[in-house]
Amino acid sequence: MFSILVAKAGSSKDNKTGSWRSVKRPKFLQKDCIGCGLCKLICPEACIEGEEKNTYRPDYDYCKGCGLCAYICPKKDIEMILETEEK
Amino acid sequence: MKKFLEGSQAVAKAVKLAKPGVISAYPITPQTHIVEGLAQFVADGELKSEFVNVESEHSAASAVLGAEACGVRSFTATSSQGLILMSEVLFNIAGMRLPVMLVCANRALSAPINIWNDHQDSIALRDSGWIQFYAENHQEVVDFILQGYKIGENPKIMLPVMVCMDGYILTHGMEVVDIPSQEQVDKFLPPYNPPYKLDIDNPLSLGLLGDPTVYMETRYAIQDTLNNDVLKLIPQVSSEFESIFGRRTLKLVETYKTEDAEVILVAMGSVAGTIKDVIDEERSKGKKVGLLKIVTYRPFPKEEVFNILKQASRVGVIEKAISLGSDGPLYTEISALFSGEKNSPQISGFIAGLGGRDITEKTIQTVIELVKGKKTSCIFMDLNKELLWEDFRVI
Repeated sequence: MFSILVAKAGSSKDNKTGSWRSVKRPKFLQKDCIGCGLCKLICPEACIEGEEKNTYRPDYDYCKGCGLCAYICPKKDIEMILETEEK
Repeated sequence: MKKFLEGSQAVAKAVKLAKPGVISAYPITPQTHIVEGLAQFVADGELKSEFVNVESEHSAASAVLGAEACGVRSFTATSSQGLILMSEVLFNIAGMRLPVMLVCANRALSAPINIWNDHQDSIALRDSGWIQFYAENHQEVVDFILQGYKIGENPKIMLPVMVCMDGYILTHGMEVVDIPSQEQVDKFLPPYNPPYKLDIDNPLSLGLLGDPTVYMETRYAIQDTLNNDVLKLIPQVSSEFESIFGRRTLKLVETYKTEDAEVILVAMGSVAGTIKDVIDEERSKGKKVGLLKIVTYRPFPKEEVFNILKQASRVGVIEKAISLGSDGPLYTEISALFSGEKNSPQISGFIAGLGGRDITEKTIQTVIELVKGKKTSCIFMDLNKELLWEDFRVI
């Protein structure tokens, strides 16, 4: 007898783990961004997209609100804001 | 072909015949000779296998987990502290339904550090979901390995197998053992063809998160497979083995002169040999004594054990492990079988041979005398009372 054992690869995208986020989320100001890409590199969820300066943005379906992107940003161009604050 | 071999060498030869694609192990007494033999076969080109040297038993178990997950037959061996260090991975191997083969050279657990034989290491892993066989002699170890692969790799089973052999007594003892030919083994054991494996052309995730909505079913599936499928498959595989190799060694339980026995002793592993000698002696004096040897400890063959023991008036369970703070694990399980039964035999438990202390004929004779007396649950045999103090002492 078997129960759940294997799954199709890549299925983690089906789980919108952004729902785990509580309290705060990152707000990408896109004002002083120099396009260094550190936020994209440090994101443990790999959910930040962007190429040119002032184009980086997170996918809130997967962002858990850890705040590492805001912490690493050399230009302080990412702010952690309360979930209850407007977008 | 019959050969006079050290137990560890016999194991290495049996594993070689099963052609594992990956072997990974870390040296530990008294297991070391097993993988030493296998490493030599690989180095000499006699066995085409990837021998993965690792920095710990945790890594050795992880390496064979990975190999099996990729659909490759694998082997590892360990003892005592090594088995306990592996334990996290061993639960994962069973949960991921990977039929790894592990030979445990049974050795006591620290502290105090002790390299000699008892069953505490593998008994501590009894709840892990692994199939466990306990061997009495070299021939059984060889045969259990070959049949263990066949049982574990059955597409309806897919569970790991631990073949337990007494450290030193079997691993380092010399005995005549029939090593089958490669042709015979190839006929009996087909190449490993798992129903699922990690394959870059057909990507799968194995080892998933199982939240409260699915976890219980995964445990139930293992429980059902062990208690229904494995218990039924063992006699079938044993019959098939007999038709090719001419002997039947793998059983759920083995009986020795139990038919009319008033007293039945229960034991596992090599001590069964000593007990059989004592029984012969007792029988020559007209005393009706027999032995029930547990070969398959996991899954526990409840029905067979119950049916054999119910005919006796007294049962004595001799075991080389103790659940500290309770009783011997085997005693507890056998007692539970007779819970609420009328006409239950009087069952007593005895702890013997811990840390390599010899279980002599005299030990067994004493057990037989004690079994006839008042019921006891957990008597430590052959204790040296001079080493027991009410207060701490420096020696």
